[in-house]
Amino acid sequence: MNDTLRKILAPTLFIAGILAFWEWAVWYNNLPDYRMASPSDLIPRYIRFWDLFLIKSWETLWRTVAGLGLAVVFGTLVGMIMGFSRFAREGLYPILVGFNAIPKATVVPIVALMFVGQHDFNTILIAFMISFFPIAVSVSIGLSTLEPEYRDILRSLGASNVTIFWKIALPKTLPEFFGALKVAVTLAFIGTNLMEIVSPHGRGLGDLFDSGRISADYPLMFAVLFALAALGIVLFYFVVFLERIFAGWAERSPN
Amino acid sequence: MTTSSHMIELRDVTHAYRTKAGPLPVLDRLSIQIPENSFCAVVGPSGCGKSTLTRLVSGLMRPDQGEVWLHSKLVTSPRPTVGMAFQNPVLLEWRSILENVLLPMEIVKSPMSKAEATERAHQLLDLVGLTGFADKRPSELSGGMRQRASLCRSIIHKPDVLILDEPFGALDAFTREDLWCTMHDLREAEPFTCLLITHDLRESVFLADQVVVMSGRPAHAQHVMNVDLSGKRTLEDLYSKNAVDMLAILRHQIQVAQGRTVDTPAEARA
Repeated sequence: MNDTLRKILAPTLFIAGILAFWEWAVWYNNLPDYRMASPSDLIPRYIRFWDLFLIKSWETLWRTVAGLGLAVVFGTLVGMIMGFSRFAREGLYPILVGFNAIPKATVVPIVALMFVGQHDFNTILIAFMISFFPIAVSVSIGLSTLEPEYRDILRSLGASNVTIFWKIALPKTLPEFFGALKVAVTLAFIGTNLMEIVSPHGRGLGDLFDSGRISADYPLMFAVLFALAALGIVLFYFVVFLERIFAGWAERSPN
Repeated sequence: MTTSSHMIELRDVTHAYRTKAGPLPVLDRLSIQIPENSFCAVVGPSGCGKSTLTRLVSGLMRPDQGEVWLHSKLVTSPRPTVGMAFQNPVLLEWRSILENVLLPMEIVKSPMSKAEATERAHQLLDLVGLTGFADKRPSELSGGMRQRASLCRSIIHKPDVLILDEPFGALDAFTREDLWCTMHDLREAEPFTCLLITHDLRESVFLADQVVVMSGRPAHAQHVMNVDLSGKRTLEDLYSKNAVDMLAILRHQIQVAQGRTVDTPAEARA
């Protein structure tokens, strides 16, 4: 089969199949929409609230990307420090693990109190906090496992550490970095929604979800879940697209 | 003496690694002299400090005691007039073969222009049999081909000293013999002084003008053998009486170094 055709056709078929099964299962079991909304229940919601869906999606999206951007900068910095200094790695690791182990849902009310009314800032902060860990860890592992020969090949020519970083350490770490970014992008998304739902402030898809709950519009809640999934897919494949550009060399051809 | 007339000279080099169990002496008053444009192979039992030797000569490390001289200068730090290749070809996967070969040119100040360097890279790739592979990625090449590319990279900047740390160790026997011949071609094309670390006695006899056998740890130069195979060497020369005798002596010296036998001259054993 043609490669591009398969890449479009396969997911379309699978999504259609799952939706059809879902529709059938709801119809067959005769479930009321508060127990389980069917895909056909969702379409009227999208038509009725299309402007809200667009606005709220944008609010969720830009705050997620901002949080992720912060996570990339901060995570890479921490990863570099841990990757190059064993002392820093041993000192920072337990702190990072401990920080990562704190459920972020418990941090939301604390942050909301700490910066009262700064809704965008708070949301970005949670998205950042939840997503920087995998980036820091992968960058530090990528740098600290750099084979000494790679370093020696440049060092023996008198290259400085900065040169070695730009020419070898950084590009060599990119595949690990993008692997972590794929995890982080989904996490950041969870972080944004956590803030929107646990500390409602009238913004983002989390707010739309909340309205559905309050007004007992269950299909709307399901419709929001689908919108979230769609946004997540878009963000994830954007990262894949970047990966192709910057670390495409790491991908082996199948033959 | 405050200078050295040799291209590479190690003078009473003593070195120890600091480990948890205390200092681990690896080299003990090791002295080696390598004249300009000559090829020296260093063999010895495993863990006798052969790789330490390459790091000392390349200036990646400084010895605890003793001196390392390169081109009449005391080695205190890495020098761009050195080329290195390892058992692992360490090609950068994100660069083409040509860009890999040209890597040293981005570090070393050279009178060569970019165009000249590229021209030279293509010539070297032709010489080692990689014509047409300049734009390929390392992942598309076999182990032997990568090692050929790594050799080109180690001499692209016209170093006067080439340090090879078991570059053919991980290759199959036939590829290895091919690369030995490639080494002769490279030396014929442009002379350089070479220090080769190897486990392979046949390799040392086929390639080197001088073979140094290191003793067990802490190592000194236990035996130095001059290899005189006349004219251009071919693989058949390895089966000549002369070469077989030399291999027997080296084999015996290695066993002495391993502590498996006492040092009696090879002639006396016969």
